[in-house]
Amino acid sequence: MRKKILAVGLVILLVLPLLSSGQGQPATTLGKVQARGKLICGVNNAVPGFGFVDPQGNYSGFDVDYCKALAVAIFNDPTKVEYRPVTAASRFPALQSGEIDVLIRNTTWTLDRDVGLPFNFAPTTFYDGQGFMVRKASRINTLRDLNGATICVLQGTTTEQNLADMARRLGITIKPLVFNDVNARDQAYDQGRCDAMTADASGLAAARVKLSKPDDHKILPELISKEPLGPVVRHGDDQWFDIVKWTAFCTMEAEELEVTSKNVAQLKASQDPRIRRLLGLEGDFGKKLGLDNAWCANVIEKVGNYGEIYDRNVKPLGLERIVDGKPSPNASWTDGGLIYSPPFR
Amino acid sequence: MSTASARIPFWRDVRVLRVSAQLLFVLVIVLIANWFYTNLQINLERTGIRFGFDFLWTTAGFDISEGIPFEPTDSYGYAFWVGVVNTLRVIGIGIVLATLVGLVAGIARLSSNWLVRQIAAVYIETIRNTPLVVQLFFWYTAVLLKLPRVDESIELPGPIYLSQRGLALPRPYATESFPWWGVVLAVGLLAALAVYIGRRISLARAQRPGFPALWAGGVFVLCAVGGWLVLPQAPLAWEIPTLGRFNFEGGWQLSPEFAALLAGLVVYTGAFIAEIVRGGILAVPKGQTEAARALGLRPLQVLRLVVIPQALRVIVPPLTSQYLNLAKNSSLAVAVGYPDLFNVANTIINQSGRAIEMVFLIMATYLTMSLLTSAFMNWYNRRVKLVER
Repeated sequence: MRKKILAVGLVILLVLPLLSSGQGQPATTLGKVQARGKLICGVNNAVPGFGFVDPQGNYSGFDVDYCKALAVAIFNDPTKVEYRPVTAASRFPALQSGEIDVLIRNTTWTLDRDVGLPFNFAPTTFYDGQGFMVRKASRINTLRDLNGATICVLQGTTTEQNLADMARRLGITIKPLVFNDVNARDQAYDQGRCDAMTADASGLAAARVKLSKPDDHKILPELISKEPLGPVVRHGDDQWFDIVKWTAFCTMEAEELEVTSKNVAQLKASQDPRIRRLLGLEGDFGKKLGLDNAWCANVIEKVGNYGEIYDRNVKPLGLERIVDGKPSPNASWTDGGLIYSPPFR
Repeated sequence: MSTASARIPFWRDVRVLRVSAQLLFVLVIVLIANWFYTNLQINLERTGIRFGFDFLWTTAGFDISEGIPFEPTDSYGYAFWVGVVNTLRVIGIGIVLATLVGLVAGIARLSSNWLVRQIAAVYIETIRNTPLVVQLFFWYTAVLLKLPRVDESIELPGPIYLSQRGLALPRPYATESFPWWGVVLAVGLLAALAVYIGRRISLARAQRPGFPALWAGGVFVLCAVGGWLVLPQAPLAWEIPTLGRFNFEGGWQLSPEFAALLAGLVVYTGAFIAEIVRGGILAVPKGQTEAARALGLRPLQVLRLVVIPQALRVIVPPLTSQYLNLAKNSSLAVAVGYPDLFNVANTIINQSGRAIEMVFLIMATYLTMSLLTSAFMNWYNRRVKLVER
């Protein structure tokens, strides 16, 4: 009996401090990241070209490179990132709860997510749109041809809603088959269970590479939605939001000023004030962000400018920035695209 | 001399100590619960998340591939209900089939035939020892999706079409003359009832055994067939599935997603039930079987009349757990694209961002279904239990 009472007392003693402590110390995200010694980045692990993990556990892709860019901006070391693969469904709770510092996982910027969920969206790094992949032999050429078709779709995205909206707009019926796993969706489409597959055009291009006969499939030219993709952070930490935002702009400004990972070392001798400010040789923008003044120079040197990041990851999928002389939204604004950075001054 | 209780100080009185220990324990639990609750409140406030169920009445805006009729313009709440019905469908059919599979496999494992025994053992041990989600993927991608493409589907008499898009069957539908046939059926039912009562009375008078139910059944069938022939138009017609541009349209459709989930759940749960059945049968003393055989009962009769009624008492409680497992495992449907309640709820979470509310709803729904199942099984258990006088 006495032992039991002792045990109960001990439990209470152990529990009481927990009760009183309540919330932890509020710290800035940057402070937490620096104290931890690494950035925790929520990424995709199944979309080649954007966020993909190989059998050896190495992450690569466009979004992954932006995780690296952030790590370089903070630590000047692209390896100081812990990649947390998140699913479409788990990404928002993961960001909300603070499990990840930043979400860079082909996430569409929408009003509801920006306002309804307590998130801030950093500049769009990739302008995507929802499209359809069909078999070349299927005689489907336009969206209307999809009437009555079964369509494989991934859960947890705006794709499901866009699909239903399109069907209502065109007055056609479609049967969505909803999977929560990319590989299950691809399998079902590949084996013929679905007549079409819908996703962001970038995702379709990535999925096509993995099909058993990629050349038997085509992506319809019509897109049914605007999907601006970019990094996402939590509300309530403006400094962190600024860091994520301006790290993305840094890569875009570098491309505009033709600073690349190859020539950045020489350009440190440049007399162009725009380049000097970008590389942190003049002004102390880095300090104001809570970083080193050479943060942007480091990002360009270790990760590259926007064009380099794009060409390394997205170009191999067959998505060009300029198609037949016509700029896609992902071309630089100087070429007629939408990739545009506010001035570094 | 004072009384016994007066001599023992209260802090050493066992009764007081017991009660206070219990009170303390309750207090700790309440404090922990309160801590969780306030923590949730603080965090919700801090992150600016609203809590409430009013979003359930807003437009869903997505479509659901199968189940009761649903339009994208219907509400989130109704979408969730479609998912619940789909879940109940797979659970209901799954429980019945899993019980049958389990019963057969369990008895087969005790068979005196070596081959039957070995086959049952291999089935049970392989299935019980591999994860269910892997089996679901197997059924879906390696079995059902390997069926012929929809434009090369297998045609069975009926016509029934089998392809990787599922099974398409003819469906009976009511024509204009169906109400009249309904009237005929009602009349037939009344006539059958009258015949049944009349036969029973006359048989009782003559003190002779007979088959009044057979007579009544005959009358009813006669009325039904007669009505069908007399009416100018057949009351029921068949809607034949036809191949449209992409899929079969019309008729009854059984999707491969449903079939994969059902097959996976039935085969998996059946293996567990088989072991429970085997245990139940082995728990009946051998003397019972021997005595029944000695009385001249045939093997099937021994099983049906002597062994199974006694084995049921051992079988039913663990069987209930298996039913509950099947119900909860049905939430793996999303792996094979079947729109069960978990699948639909996930879509709702993604679109509305109301994770806490939806998770709460999901838990409440599964809890309700499980509690109802277990209430029913407890009632059944009391019925088959040995009545002690």
